[in-house]
Amino acid sequence: MTMPFYVSPEQLMKDRADFARKGIARGRSVVVLGYDRGIAFVADNPSRALHKVSEIYDRIAFAAVGKYNEFENLRVAGVRYADLRGYSYDRRDVTARGLANAYAQTLGAVFTQESKPYEVEIVVAEVGENADEDQIYRLMYDGSVADEQGFIAMGGTGEHITAGLKERWRPSMNLGDALALAVELLGQDPSGGPSRTLTVAQLEFAVLDRERPRRTFRRLAGPLLEALLSSENPTKDVPADDDAAPGRHDTLTGEASPSGEAAGVDPSEPDPS
Amino acid sequence: MSLGFGGAGRLPAAFMTTGSSSFTEFISAHSPELLPSRRALPVGGTVEAPHGTTIVALTYEGGVVMAGDRRATMGNLIANRDMDKVFAADEYSAVGIAGTAGLAIEVVKLFQVELEHYEKIEGTLLSVEGKANRLASMIRANLAMAMQGLSVVPMFAGFDLDAMAGRIFSYDVTGGCYEEHDHHSVGSGSLFARGAMKKLWRPGLDSATATRVAVEALYDAADDDSATGGPDLGRRIWPTLAVVEAGGLRFLDDDALAAVVELIVADRRGNPGGAR
Repeated sequence: MTMPFYVSPEQLMKDRADFARKGIARGRSVVVLGYDRGIAFVADNPSRALHKVSEIYDRIAFAAVGKYNEFENLRVAGVRYADLRGYSYDRRDVTARGLANAYAQTLGAVFTQESKPYEVEIVVAEVGENADEDQIYRLMYDGSVADEQGFIAMGGTGEHITAGLKERWRPSMNLGDALALAVELLGQDPSGGPSRTLTVAQLEFAVLDRERPRRTFRRLAGPLLEALLSSENPTKDVPADDDAAPGRHDTLTGEASPSGEAAGVDPSEPDPS
Repeated sequence: MSLGFGGAGRLPAAFMTTGSSSFTEFISAHSPELLPSRRALPVGGTVEAPHGTTIVALTYEGGVVMAGDRRATMGNLIANRDMDKVFAADEYSAVGIAGTAGLAIEVVKLFQVELEHYEKIEGTLLSVEGKANRLASMIRANLAMAMQGLSVVPMFAGFDLDAMAGRIFSYDVTGGCYEEHDHHSVGSGSLFARGAMKKLWRPGLDSATATRVAVEALYDAADDDSATGGPDLGRRIWPTLAVVEAGGLRFLDDDALAAVVELIVADRRGNPGGAR
């Protein structure tokens, strides 16, 4: 026969929080950081299909660490929230603040009411007209929200990366330097061991590019990404034009367009690889 | 409207439901009053609402062109001189509307969100047929309204990324979706526009010629149909013209359109039927 035990609310919340924190700490990290012309996202994620960083709306993106099924559920809810807002009001009326509030309420309710809290930590970022108007919100498993300035790192080695960013991140960094900094910090071992050298294939890259009209979210890949990460190559920002290849234009690769000229990569420069 | 989130403040269950990547399905579960087709109409009454008129579309080597005049009419009056009736549905498709303008624009707006929503959730583009079928289901849902005189008849033109060719789909008020070959036209002036395109269209047109054929077909429609707006040189109002090709969709700008229209008007001086 089982005895009903009394568990104090403090203990219950603490247990839930410990449970969620442990789940999140097991996950790989994500770095979100502002650069001079937008907001960049770098995730330690070898998958090309299961994304940790995604588009929510014109100027809003979503990044997450933790359990995939749980944050994917939140991402879809966010896309629905944003599209519903934009459809009933106007595209300009969809804001990261509103979305962050909806997420906070949802995560808070799940944390206290469901049998198990979500083991996720998410970022909702909105790129503004200028760097001062950028908004980056961090949402914890219990629904607490923080409005962060400039950068966020979360996941397994999040604290270590945050310390590194505090020291080295500057508000008007260019995209190339910001990505290189994020990749370097993601590869470091917080316990002081040798750093991993992360290849492009192990990471997921995306930007919210302030200068684009309408939908500003683009993933980065291919020669363009190699050029951005290379310290010798002069390419320090994404090109203004999308890839010329027919198909969905959500990824900037800088691969040769049909006209034969590589977009975004200066053809006179030696190949960085 | 249910944009608030109930007592607890968390996102309602419809937001968290898994499985569907359709925006229409989502709002029919969450806030059906937002669907254009869900409005209850009083029985028997008829309303006078602005009507959009002629839309033409034709394929050419490497894509498809869709153009529409700018006039909306209400009975014998001109309700609007510069209404846009051709819209970008997404990066690779255009939709043109004829019929009750208010309802049609709402259907187009829903269709645009539907395509973008799918793209964001699934991470891929719908096929051309998929898009055409989604639009068909929206028109089908509107049948009750159509029976009360508020019909919406769209035309859909998309670039097929598998076949690398432009394709045209037409609809009837019951939501029937038919693929059209070479060229098609809908709206009150469509008979005359279709006649013009029959004589002017030929296989392997280039995009400049296709543009001219589309504008010329609209000119012929306006010549014989009072509800279709002709070239308005005085106000400098030009047709809306979208070109959908491998690089995506683009609207022709006013300067380019002005050149095409002025050339056609000059050619037709002393030759109003465009005989050649």
